[in-house]
Amino acid sequence: MNIRNHPPTEPDVEALKSRALNLRRKMMHMASGKGEGYIAQGLGIADCLAAIYFHELRHDPARPDWPDRDRFLLSTGHYSIAMYAVLAEAGYLSDDELPTYGLNGSALPMSTFDETVGVEIVGGSLGHGLGQAVGMALALRLDKSNARVFCEFSDGELDEGSTWEAAMGAATFKCDNLVALIDCNGIQADGPVTVAIEPVADKMTAFGFETYEINGNDMGALVDALGRCREKNGKPKAIVLRTTPGFGVPTIMARDRAHFVRVGNDEWDSLIEELERENG
Amino acid sequence: MADSQTIGNRTRGMGEIVDVAGKVTETAPFGNTLAEMAKTRPEIVGLTADMGRYSDILPFRDAHPDRFFNVGMAEQNLIMVAAGLAKSGKIAYCTTYSVFITRRAYDFVAIACAHSMANVKIFAGMPGLVNGYGATHQATEDINMMRGIADLTIIDPCDATEFKQVVRAVADIPGTVYVRNLRGKVPVELPEDYRFEVGKAKVLREGDGEIGIISTGYMSARGLDAAKMAESDGKNVGVLHVGTIKPFDTAGVIEFAKRHKRLIVAENHKTTGGLATLVIEALYEAGIQKPLVKIGLADSFFECGSQEYLESKYAVDIPRFMTAIRDGV
Repeated sequence: MNIRNHPPTEPDVEALKSRALNLRRKMMHMASGKGEGYIAQGLGIADCLAAIYFHELRHDPARPDWPDRDRFLLSTGHYSIAMYAVLAEAGYLSDDELPTYGLNGSALPMSTFDETVGVEIVGGSLGHGLGQAVGMALALRLDKSNARVFCEFSDGELDEGSTWEAAMGAATFKCDNLVALIDCNGIQADGPVTVAIEPVADKMTAFGFETYEINGNDMGALVDALGRCREKNGKPKAIVLRTTPGFGVPTIMARDRAHFVRVGNDEWDSLIEELERENG
Repeated sequence: MADSQTIGNRTRGMGEIVDVAGKVTETAPFGNTLAEMAKTRPEIVGLTADMGRYSDILPFRDAHPDRFFNVGMAEQNLIMVAAGLAKSGKIAYCTTYSVFITRRAYDFVAIACAHSMANVKIFAGMPGLVNGYGATHQATEDINMMRGIADLTIIDPCDATEFKQVVRAVADIPGTVYVRNLRGKVPVELPEDYRFEVGKAKVLREGDGEIGIISTGYMSARGLDAAKMAESDGKNVGVLHVGTIKPFDTAGVIEFAKRHKRLIVAENHKTTGGLATLVIEALYEAGIQKPLVKIGLADSFFECGSQEYLESKYAVDIPRFMTAIRDGV
């Protein structure tokens, strides 16, 4: 039994940044192998995933079904490239599997399904995450478990009414073992977020969440906010993550259309070089 | 006994519990059975979307308040929360009206529940013409919709005897189950020794091979009543109850159909996409062609009114059965 991140330790921000860079490296190689992918979102959420899996989440990769594990739910199934990267970095998946991302017959499909080890829910139909997180939080409380549930979802998913139904449920049932991680990267399928979803933090607060709003690509801010979310005070927690799509690779950060990136193989090589040059 | 003349002449209130003329009934078999079985099964939880009173789950709430969750009028969240509970080791019984489960929360049933084989047991209230509030509340196409979801079990019980067994059985049926709920004073129609088996159609009455009724839900009880009435015409009608819609008991239906010269298929549902469609598909694929009368609802929306009024107007009542038996139309 080898429980990660338990008991809690002081955060090693530099080590976590290195983990995040590793995740970005894995993602770039997955995308380059396939020639395309939701790489911009993946690069944007990499810091959060590194902070979760290597500092905050109480888990054991050798026992993905351990009942008392903390749960991480990825609601945005198309961020699968990031999910597989962190699952490989944490030891749930082998690095050798990663090149199969999105290929026919792969165990690492383009959108996340719970058949993949370490993936808790089917994430592709947006607006499905937070409500299931509420259900898991209630089950853990009934079982008198100290485990918590972390649920990532995006600003685009705030368009979905089901997300707000779930938010009200979390507050109604006083799910203080639930942390919502809202990836506000400002983009959705057709371009910039178009619906009037702001002010996200104020809305979450009004819906009964204890809310923090941070730069989601600032590792120090991430671990600080996650630490504050440990308090058992009867309120669900939310961290509004202001992330930059493509973070770490300036050429992708500068793209107008970043929702789905498809470039030639030679260009991937230069983008990978760019990641190393900027961050290595 | 309530005044059936008065009741039959108006739309009933949503929560109104009425006697059923000429029938022995059992009150709230769903909630009472669930409350009882949950005493020894701590993994059972119950949920509703503001329809606790109208789904009969309140006996469970009263017996196990810590395991009961009312999510309010939020059917998508009802199914999501149930899925989350199920994925953390619980068996989640959840309730609201059929219309809201099917029409509003379909994606959540399909993906959050069925796709993951989540132990979510949906008790869908007031299916078909049971509800007098018109098309907004009448789930007349729910079987058609739900049979399209892979890995989902669908059950339409006949009476209180079967329904109580279904409430218990679904806990051990792997994955997600959709049950057409029977609430209030539910008639006891089947004998005590009747045994529900998931996926098995049951012969409720052996006939003489001339006419066979294939039916589901409470229409099987109506079929039994009609068969008894037809005795005075010298007819001995057989009745096959298809309690499980999915997985469909193709072999059982084919065997019964082969033994009868003509068939009547009856359901509290549209005749498109429900039992009749399933039976015809099965017969066609088996190369069987026989005279077949469909008793059920047209492909339409339906108005408000008492159940008796609606069933007479839309021809799913006893006289409709008698016409089908006597005249073959």
